Amino acid sequence: MEFTLITLLNGMSYGLLLFMLSSGLTLIFSMMGVLNFAHASFYMLGAYFAYAISTKLGFWPALIIAPLVVGVIGAVVERYGLRSVHKYGHIPELLFTFGLSYVMVELVQLVWGRAAVPYPIPAELDGPLFTLFTTTFPMYRGFMMLIAILMLVSIFLVLTKTRIGLVIQAALTHPDMVEALGHNVPRVFMLVFGGGCALAGLAGVIGGNAFVTEPGMAATVGSIIFVVVVVGGMGSLVGALLASLLIGVLQTYAVALDYSIATLFTGLGAQITSQTFGYPVLKLTISQVAPIMPYLLLVLILIFRPRGLMGTREG
Amino acid sequence: MNTLTMRNTMTYKPANLGRWIIWGIFAVILIVAPLIFNKGASLSILSQIGTVMIFSLSYNMLLGQGGMLSFGHAVYSGLGAFFAIHAMNLATAGSVWMPVTLIPLVGGVAGMFFGILFGYVTTKKSGTTFSMITLGIVELVFACSLMFPEFFGGEGGISTNRVYGEKFFGITFGPQIQVYYLIAFWLFISTVGMYAFTQTPLGRIINAVRDNPERVEFIGYDTQWARYLTLILSGFFAGIAGGLSAINFEIVTAENVSALRSGGVLLFTFIGGVGFFFGPMIGAIIGVFLTVMLSDFTKAWQLYLGIFFIVMVMYAPGGIASLLMLNLRVAKYGKFRRVWPHLWAVCAMGLVTFVGAVMVIEMLFHLTLESVNGTEMKLFGFMVDTAAPSGWFVAATLLAVGGYGFWHAKKTFQHVWGEVNTEIEDLIRRAEA
Repeated sequence: MEFTLITLLNGMSYGLLLFMLSSGLTLIFSMMGVLNFAHASFYMLGAYFAYAISTKLGFWPALIIAPLVVGVIGAVVERYGLRSVHKYGHIPELLFTFGLSYVMVELVQLVWGRAAVPYPIPAELDGPLFTLFTTTFPMYRGFMMLIAILMLVSIFLVLTKTRIGLVIQAALTHPDMVEALGHNVPRVFMLVFGGGCALAGLAGVIGGNAFVTEPGMAATVGSIIFVVVVVGGMGSLVGALLASLLIGVLQTYAVALDYSIATLFTGLGAQITSQTFGYPVLKLTISQVAPIMPYLLLVLILIFRPRGLMGTREG
Repeated sequence: MNTLTMRNTMTYKPANLGRWIIWGIFAVILIVAPLIFNKGASLSILSQIGTVMIFSLSYNMLLGQGGMLSFGHAVYSGLGAFFAIHAMNLATAGSVWMPVTLIPLVGGVAGMFFGILFGYVTTKKSGTTFSMITLGIVELVFACSLMFPEFFGGEGGISTNRVYGEKFFGITFGPQIQVYYLIAFWLFISTVGMYAFTQTPLGRIINAVRDNPERVEFIGYDTQWARYLTLILSGFFAGIAGGLSAINFEIVTAENVSALRSGGVLLFTFIGGVGFFFGPMIGAIIGVFLTVMLSDFTKAWQLYLGIFFIVMVMYAPGGIASLLMLNLRVAKYGKFRRVWPHLWAVCAMGLVTFVGAVMVIEMLFHLTLESVNGTEMKLFGFMVDTAAPSGWFVAATLLAVGGYGFWHAKKTFQHVWGEVNTEIEDLIRRAEA
């Protein structure tokens, strides 16, 4: 019971972090049709900026400034990079962001070096939030969940209640009509791209010290957020939320479980030795299989529900 | 349609002399290349170029001909390489009969098998979703490679010895030159095979699937089936490349099935040019040179590769091959004289900017990564102190002057270039009419 609850909470906080990343990706994708391959690089950039700012000004200013800086960089990339590639079609756009992810990792190494940087959790948040039976739940995990939920609510409010949100929603489906009504659709695109990157940057600020801030951090989450977007259904925010939570919880549970098919058979009374047929597969524990879980889920979803959990269209 | 017109469309064509000449030249180049470049490591570089050529040509079957942007093509070549190396080890142990000459075929069949397996899932989608799924598949296989050390060899990989079995006309495949000729032989066969593929009905319909899938559906073809078949064939050739690299390096590690390797072939193929059949071959040459030679000179070579790639995507999406062919067309119509002064100006200014950028990057790298050993470094033959402002000043001036000049020269160049090409297209249209 204790294990189940704590793992569920940990999984949720990881899942919410994934959602902070995939929400921006989904927004950008559904609006511009661009899959931002460099999205995880903006996450990394957010963490590094937060580290740089927190050494000078402290964590709380970094929480505000770093995402803003990342958002501005994202908007500049859209305005001067993506927009000029747009005329060649979607594949060159994807290639452009792919090249960008390559360059950004190298630039980060150029400035901050190849090793991980010491980006600590702020002292105010360093400690237990509550104790469940015998296990303590760290305060910072709770803070991560709080930020993610605040962000989720504010995206929802911005998209449904404000004027710019309505324009964005309209531009999703009928960009020509919105343009004819006198709105600057390219500027809306730039805003959305910058906003999505800022969300990734925010995730970096709070994820960078929860995990580790190093040049490889973009690659670690990069592939998983693509899985989230496909599993949730291309362009669906609700789907992205469900898929992030699912994958977060699934992976956190899997890492903690030390059972294999061999243990199951032995429990049933069968004799399993290294001579048994298929032993290399049978002896794998669930925690060893954990890294491939998201990808297996992706394959299964594609076979049984090709449009994703909440997707509306077949792509 | 009556029988007469039917007979007319099926007229016999005489031997295509031009084609024979081109393939003949290609074969001669393959035979002569190691005799010209016979110094030091050039033979191993040539062998490497050969395998990467097959790999990127097979990749272009997807990207260039099918419009399928795959982030996971290394899966097929890498698994092909693993099967090839296990076949070699089994043959050494004497449990199966398999001469080294046919080992690439083992890789090819393995690549094809995994093409059948994974392609069924990936080709269910096209466009952007396809790209994401291929990324998922490559991560899946890579994660599996650490789970099954029995097959993938864990961190150290699987190694082998390519010299086994009886000598065949005195060929043992011990010396690198014999391996080179083996690779050249398979490169020639695979290139012919992949070129022939572009001429088959499937090869033509996959072009149509790339350009307008909806219309292809309307004329009665299954686009998913066409993509699936193309992917299987592409996996076969990628597997051959993997088998050859297993023979060449005598070691295969998990890195061979990684997303990094897949990204590399994507970069090289695109830089070479996806619009022409021979584009990826240029890309392979450039790619191997960049990874092998440039990494000796500078630590920042991946940054240069990335920037080069972005510049190509933004300004020359057709790659090097299209730049060559467009200039060739201008020269063919005798208008090159009007273009070249502007072209020269653009190139010169680009070079100045490039030198400035290289200075900045190298000095930054030195400052952040190697400043423990002193702030001075050697750059283009001069000693530069990265802590003093003079070097930075020179670099900034070069960047500013070059950047401004480039921007200025580019405008006039684009104008003249557009004019010339419109005239040429006019001429072509008039010739057709």
